[in-house]
Amino acid sequence: MAEQERYSRQMMLPGFGHAAQQKLEQAKVLIVGMGALGCPALQYLTGAGIGTIGIADGDVIQLHNLHRQPLFYTGEVGQNKTTIAATKMRALNSNVQITVYPFHIDQKNALKIISEYDMVIDATDNFPSKYLLNDACALMSTPLIYGAVTQYEGQVAVFNHSKNGRNIQYRDVFPDPPNSGAILSCEEAGVLGVLPGIIGTVQAAEAMKLITGLGRLLDGILLTYQVLNAQCYEIELSKNFSVKEIDKATFENTDYQWICSPNTHIREISIDEFKQLQLSHQLFIIDVRECHEEPVVDFADVRIPLSQLSSIPIEIPDQKNICVICQHGLRSQYAAKQLQQLTHQTIFSLSGGLAAYFKV
Amino acid sequence: MNILFFGNLVDITQKAQEALSGTTNTQTLQALLCKKYPALQSVKYFIAVNGKMIQENTPLKEDDTVALMPPFSGG
Repeated sequence: MAEQERYSRQMMLPGFGHAAQQKLEQAKVLIVGMGALGCPALQYLTGAGIGTIGIADGDVIQLHNLHRQPLFYTGEVGQNKTTIAATKMRALNSNVQITVYPFHIDQKNALKIISEYDMVIDATDNFPSKYLLNDACALMSTPLIYGAVTQYEGQVAVFNHSKNGRNIQYRDVFPDPPNSGAILSCEEAGVLGVLPGIIGTVQAAEAMKLITGLGRLLDGILLTYQVLNAQCYEIELSKNFSVKEIDKATFENTDYQWICSPNTHIREISIDEFKQLQLSHQLFIIDVRECHEEPVVDFADVRIPLSQLSSIPIEIPDQKNICVICQHGLRSQYAAKQLQQLTHQTIFSLSGGLAAYFKV
Repeated sequence: MNILFFGNLVDITQKAQEALSGTTNTQTLQALLCKKYPALQSVKYFIAVNGKMIQENTPLKEDDTVALMPPFSGG
């Protein structure tokens, strides 16, 4: 009976009832980032009686977090965010299973953790995490509820909603990460405390709509909210057909911190440019496909799978430019970025990869 | 047409919106804006015409609203 009372004010809503409550109780939601977006999302979803909520963050509470993360108290500064948040949420609603991941989600642990959940709320505060979560969710066809803020503006959208959805992903909108430093974080640019509270709460609302099927979802729609003039602006997003699908091997071998770091722009060369450079014998060609991948090409100087690139030393002749090749031109970009740490020579990536090379 | 700027683009343009005329497509509009605000060339954003994101050069009419939207990363 107590449970009837706990949820009575939402269950009496038109169109909600027992059916929607039951759906919430069976749902599993992962919130990545336990900061200013993650806290309000967690509080409302716990209150609403979501079955299982996973919370992931390796950070500790800092004094300058508290103006926008009122879930945390001054006396808790220095303690792990997820541990404190979990204790409070268990006290709020013990029916909800709270699973704690007191570390950062990375390319090695993401797929395993996300596979336990129906959807992911992106409550992170940096580009490497946003691209990592997008790629992981795209790979696993898991809906992603994206949120981000800057100064006085915030954004929300639902991505990767492939089941009866528009299946737009973050990379359709922003295919490549901006160099860090190009876009200021809250640390550098500042943020009004209530803004992420509003955006995180909208993310929780989208999660509840996604679970229950109620209302109109921000499926492939980017909602931007401006605090100062109290205005919302909606943009219907569209698919970018030049975005290549990511595969599991590439995902697990991508260093997301690195691809978002500055000065790592890799020049892609066309098949024609590649053939011209080949003729001039100025290229050292590195094939980063896995050993079993066909066709074998005789023009590669070495073949080292991307997964082993960091562990195998390569002797690159001076005076030559390097061109990295793979099947479709995506892994070669990641490999080129890795190699750029090791050498000052010019590094190219073959656009479209060998698939394009043999099609021409 | 009415041009809307969001996020860090406002730091460059020093305004959230601007009325412009004389351009017939999004490519020429971009060229015009980059001439007026050179710093726009080095930042990432996508373009939406009348609330719809575009992926290629799109014709513009005088009464269109064009939004320039950069990525946000804070949380």
